[in-house]
Amino acid sequence: MSNPLRIFVPVKRVIDFAVKVRVNPAKTDVDRSVKHSMNPFDEIAVEEAVRIKEKNKATEVVAISCGSAKAQETLRTALAMGADSAVHVEVKDDATLQPLAVAKLLKAYADKQEKKPDLFILGKQAIDDDANQTGQMLAGLLNWSQTTFASKVEIEGESLKVTREIDGGLETLQTKMPAIITTDLRLNEPRYASLPNIMKAKKKPLTKITPEDLGVDISPRIETLKVEEPAKRQGGRTVENVDELLDKLKNEAKVL
Amino acid sequence: MLSTTASRFLRQTGVTAQRFYASSAGANTLLFVEHKDGVISNATLNALTAAKQLGGSVTALVAGDAPEAVAKSIADYQGVSKVLTATDATYGKNLAEDVTSLLLAVQNKYNFTHIIGGHTAVGKNVFPRAAALLDVAPISDITAVQSEDTFVRPIYAGNAIATVKSNDAVKFVTVRGTAFEAAQSGGNADATVEAAPEAEKVGTTQWVGEEIQKSDRPDLGSASRVISGGRGMKNGENFQLLYAMADKMNAAVGASRAAVDAGFVDNSLQVGQTGKIVAPELYIAVGISGAIQHLAGMKDSKTIVAINKDADAPIFQVADYGLVEDLFKAVPEITEKL
Repeated sequence: MSNPLRIFVPVKRVIDFAVKVRVNPAKTDVDRSVKHSMNPFDEIAVEEAVRIKEKNKATEVVAISCGSAKAQETLRTALAMGADSAVHVEVKDDATLQPLAVAKLLKAYADKQEKKPDLFILGKQAIDDDANQTGQMLAGLLNWSQTTFASKVEIEGESLKVTREIDGGLETLQTKMPAIITTDLRLNEPRYASLPNIMKAKKKPLTKITPEDLGVDISPRIETLKVEEPAKRQGGRTVENVDELLDKLKNEAKVL
Repeated sequence: MLSTTASRFLRQTGVTAQRFYASSAGANTLLFVEHKDGVISNATLNALTAAKQLGGSVTALVAGDAPEAVAKSIADYQGVSKVLTATDATYGKNLAEDVTSLLLAVQNKYNFTHIIGGHTAVGKNVFPRAAALLDVAPISDITAVQSEDTFVRPIYAGNAIATVKSNDAVKFVTVRGTAFEAAQSGGNADATVEAAPEAEKVGTTQWVGEEIQKSDRPDLGSASRVISGGRGMKNGENFQLLYAMADKMNAAVGASRAAVDAGFVDNSLQVGQTGKIVAPELYIAVGISGAIQHLAGMKDSKTIVAINKDADAPIFQVADYGLVEDLFKAVPEITEKL
């Protein structure tokens, strides 16, 4: 483990979780001209990194985002939450950037560092592509241990003890740094950035690089042939009382 | 060898062979078998159905501390032409580093065209890692197989459906269990069982322990009836009302994120974009408003019932039957009348 402890936190700018997305008329993508914000799982990742720093002052937190110029807004949010510096890997089109490319960009960036990171903390999935892949792919490419879907992280020296959310309950794993953590919802409650911290964040360093600087080919490997609206449900029928409900379930829907 | 497997498959599946694609004799699929306490996971059986839709042959990989019994049971499923077994204590815990090492060793020897498994905590953990090491982009959570290289998957919490094509030589695919029927066992006498090639034991991660929620009710992911409670339940004790109703219906119990975050129930019961995806015959949402993230986990249910005192709750827009009433009155009444 390096001293200070270095934590890299990749963050993604996505359509805000509260927006009801619409498929575009060409059926090639969704309408992206809507409110965006930091992917909720990435907020949890930033929060966890900042909490580790609060326990151990000798910790450096670097937020990284791969995306169009607007990804810088997301990086400023991470800085306002407590990250020390930010790195923007600028790409032209967010829509074509896929998890494998992001994992390669992150690996290439980590490899170029004189002071290697000890930890990458990522969200478990982005709420736009719902892939749930980048952290695991990065761990594979770096040949580091991975502890995914974390709901509790305990660090002692170089040792890492992580409680994970698995099907049916929880599981605890022990590993050593360097390692990858991906965050589940229950890991923590992210803080709101205060106005003074938002102001301070504007002065924190933000480095801009390109995939070419890192020597990574980011061309998409998966082709999206079309994007459609899901089938609509015919909802909206109400019943008067419990008797009518049970009658409908037994005799109409035949599910009881 | 491949073509005989394919033609046997065609004969066995009869009329459903419509879903069998012409070019499919080339598919040579590895099915990652997830199992616990000697039982094959439902997600694996759903993934087997998806694997059969690719056509060609299906080889099952069973890894564990004592894989023999599970290997024998998966060999009994139609469509499985070969079973590979790998024995090691670490495989019993599904540690990502070690399972990845095994998958790569198996892939190096057999050159599968597809590697498929359930989109479960284990599948999600292992598949992307292995795929990255083969420089392949995996495809998560598919809901339909269109051809050997084209798949359908939901994005944006199920608010858009993408049809995607993989141009990689190997397709790593995880399958949404509720989108495919579970394969049925029996009648397969042709599968051979052999040992998988030895893989390097990575050993960088140790399994410390687990806390599994024990329940006599059906498994949430595969139950035919699910009753879920939300913030409207007010506290954990009130979930007893749902348990009583669930027991009368032989239903599983689920929850919204609000109910989990408030500590009413364990988080393994969460239904939604980031929890379990369910698609039962009957889904009863009690005291759940119906946020986008919750709907993502249950809107493919066959019949949806909402019980909520707020007539404007979004859940009523997807509910086949909505009852606008106080749940503390309605739920005990339903339980009594069942």
